[in-house]
Amino acid sequence: MEVFIINLIAATFRVSTPILLAAIGETYSERAGILNLGIEGIMFFGAFIGFIVADKSGSLWIGLLVAILSGVLAGLLMGLLSVSLGVNQHVSGLGITLLLTGLSLFGFRLVYGGRSTPPAIPSFETIRPLGDVPVLGQISDQYLLTYITFLVIIPLAWFILYRTNFGLNIRAVGENPEAVDAAGVSVYVVRYSALAIGGGLMAAGGAFLSLAQLGAFTHGIIAGRGWVAIAIVIFGNWSPVKVMGGALIFGGTFALQLRLQAMGLQLPIPYETFLALPYIVTIIALVLAGRNASYPAALLKPYKREG
Amino acid sequence: MYIVEMQKVTKIFGELVANDHVDFQLRKGEIHALLGENGAGKTTLMRILYGLYQQTTGDIFIDGEKVTINSPKDAIKKGVGMVTQHFALVPPMTVAENVVLGYTDSFVLDQAAIEKKVGEAADQFSLDINPKSIVRHLSVGQRQRVEILKALYRNAKVLILDEPTAVLVPQEVDSLFETLNRLRKDDLSVIFISHKLDEVTKITDRVTVLRDGKSIGTVDTVNVTQKQLAAMMVGRDTFGVTRQTEINPDNKKILEVEDLCALDDKGLPALKNLKLSIRSGEILGIAGVGGNGQKELAEILSGVKSPTSGVLKINDKNLVGKDPSDFSKMGMGRIPEDRHEGVVGDLTVYENLALEHLDEYSKNGFLDKQAIRKNAEELIKNFQIKAKPSDRIRTLSGGNMQKVLLARVLSRQPEVVIAPQPTRGLDVGATEYVRQQLLEQRSRGAAVMLISEDLDEILSISDRIAVIYEGEIVGTINAQDATPEKLGLMMSGALREEA
Repeated sequence: MEVFIINLIAATFRVSTPILLAAIGETYSERAGILNLGIEGIMFFGAFIGFIVADKSGSLWIGLLVAILSGVLAGLLMGLLSVSLGVNQHVSGLGITLLLTGLSLFGFRLVYGGRSTPPAIPSFETIRPLGDVPVLGQISDQYLLTYITFLVIIPLAWFILYRTNFGLNIRAVGENPEAVDAAGVSVYVVRYSALAIGGGLMAAGGAFLSLAQLGAFTHGIIAGRGWVAIAIVIFGNWSPVKVMGGALIFGGTFALQLRLQAMGLQLPIPYETFLALPYIVTIIALVLAGRNASYPAALLKPYKREG
Repeated sequence: MYIVEMQKVTKIFGELVANDHVDFQLRKGEIHALLGENGAGKTTLMRILYGLYQQTTGDIFIDGEKVTINSPKDAIKKGVGMVTQHFALVPPMTVAENVVLGYTDSFVLDQAAIEKKVGEAADQFSLDINPKSIVRHLSVGQRQRVEILKALYRNAKVLILDEPTAVLVPQEVDSLFETLNRLRKDDLSVIFISHKLDEVTKITDRVTVLRDGKSIGTVDTVNVTQKQLAAMMVGRDTFGVTRQTEINPDNKKILEVEDLCALDDKGLPALKNLKLSIRSGEILGIAGVGGNGQKELAEILSGVKSPTSGVLKINDKNLVGKDPSDFSKMGMGRIPEDRHEGVVGDLTVYENLALEHLDEYSKNGFLDKQAIRKNAEELIKNFQIKAKPSDRIRTLSGGNMQKVLLARVLSRQPEVVIAPQPTRGLDVGATEYVRQQLLEQRSRGAAVMLISEDLDEILSISDRIAVIYEGEIVGTINAQDATPEKLGLMMSGALREEA
């Protein structure tokens, strides 16, 4: 039982990492007033670009870096559509998801052809800073990226949003872009910046799956994690720390259901029930939290100065 | 030399000429009114000065130097600040955050430091604001002070105020004027956009009048009367509307409301034991600052919202629990508050005129187009609507749209007429028309309820005035006993009075 719980905790952090990265990316975007539904596609694209670049260059870190850059570009494309052209954000976001998903699958087929087993690469190694310390040592056995996500990216996101003038501009632009414009700050620059940061983080989340967790790229690699991340952002009330809590709840149930499946319990219910568990928990959490959700007031509203 | 000079500024939107070769000069240390009707081009001219629009042609000089202002950022750099009609504030943030927004070089935002700096600035300009307050919790008057502080914090030498008193109660107006007088002594120049003559004559040094996008002239305030200014503004002498007869106290009560309670959209109490009545041939004015329950009251009286408790009767017949069409059948006529919500923009004038009573214009389940058109032609004539029956409603001006709504409601001769904010956003001509129509309903014997935030409007046509504050009627007084000051005290909850 003890081993079960220790493994579960360790897995929770691992499984939460990609969703948390994407959810923080979405937090930046939505705080600036843009619902980026391109998230699922950007994660997929990040996973693909990360994989192919790592495979061809032989360096996982270069793969990750290029994946992040591709996410930044995807974020800027979302900016072009929804900020500059004022396209409906649902349409532009879903369009980007369709575009990037298709593009990734097409590119993958071009490079690797149709294989029955997906190609694999040696993935990131985990690190174990607490070594042989009982219990904590095993839990500390994680990817470096997981450490960076929880110890750097989350505190940094909090600091940027609440303790910098750039963050003040992001929050203001998501509440009342007129105020930001009247104060002499470019609404476009702030929104583009937030989308670029957000896109980079989403792609990093995708690349974590292909470069660390799996060491491979498959069609179902993202499996709706982007949509879950959007739900987690609402659950977390657009605050980085609460979003982290939401990602851990999802990650925890996901890790739990994997273990329940693996235990091979003879239960009169199909194993798909376990698979669905994290998503059901997400829906329940969202229903409970969503009632008090205070959306950024300018979310979904394109800003254009009259005249 | 002028601190701001605008020469032959023209601004064209599509086919509309909003400003037509306008000249405007602002002296240092003066309060200068920009006076004109709605749509005269006052706000457009100032949005050009603040960089929110770019002029089509014309030049702007600041301190004698020709400048190009492409954005508010440029304007702020040149020392121009503007308080727009809809405040450019971020409600969930603190006063200090709002003030420094976009105006600090450092990357890190030090809350304690900005609160201190903003607090010092507030003291320096004698503006009473707590920098730690969340803007959402502030009153409109306080928010306006934050906006003024925001401009001054950016070292504004020229402050543009766009209809600053429109949202204030009279006491807040006095406090605003005190602030402006003080700032004028510190050599700040203020441009005061307004269409209210009494304010303009009270606070300003000079007045520039705009009409139809053109500048009619600039005059020293001390040398003109309100009447002269009005004539400049409208291009003719104004008549205004006046009541002729006293109301007969024996007229029977048509509308009676007792102990009415209701919740707002958020589930909070919006009306608390509200009580009022209106006699036949009487106009009851409901005065109050917006958001004190007026919206809920109008919705309940038209049947689209249900009260949680209370009595609502027309001619002693109970209305609670009935649906809106029953309300209408029993003699309730409501002019919708939001014109655009009361019509269907893509339908034609004749369709909109029949919309609420389609059952009367159909035969065997099909619409009787001929009857609908005939009805429309009659109403267009009777109500002087400037439109063809087949015009789409959304192509009509606000005034004509309002006439369509009046025609639809008033042609049925309702016993009770509910008119929430009936002249909001209309120009002087259309406003006079609407008030005249309400007075005609009164002489016909209808009970009229006029809900308005415009005290001049309330005072000019009401027989009695009830003041609503936080969902209660805090007093009802006869129109001849009412003064703006007294109503202002009641509207801010400081005074209660029973008739």
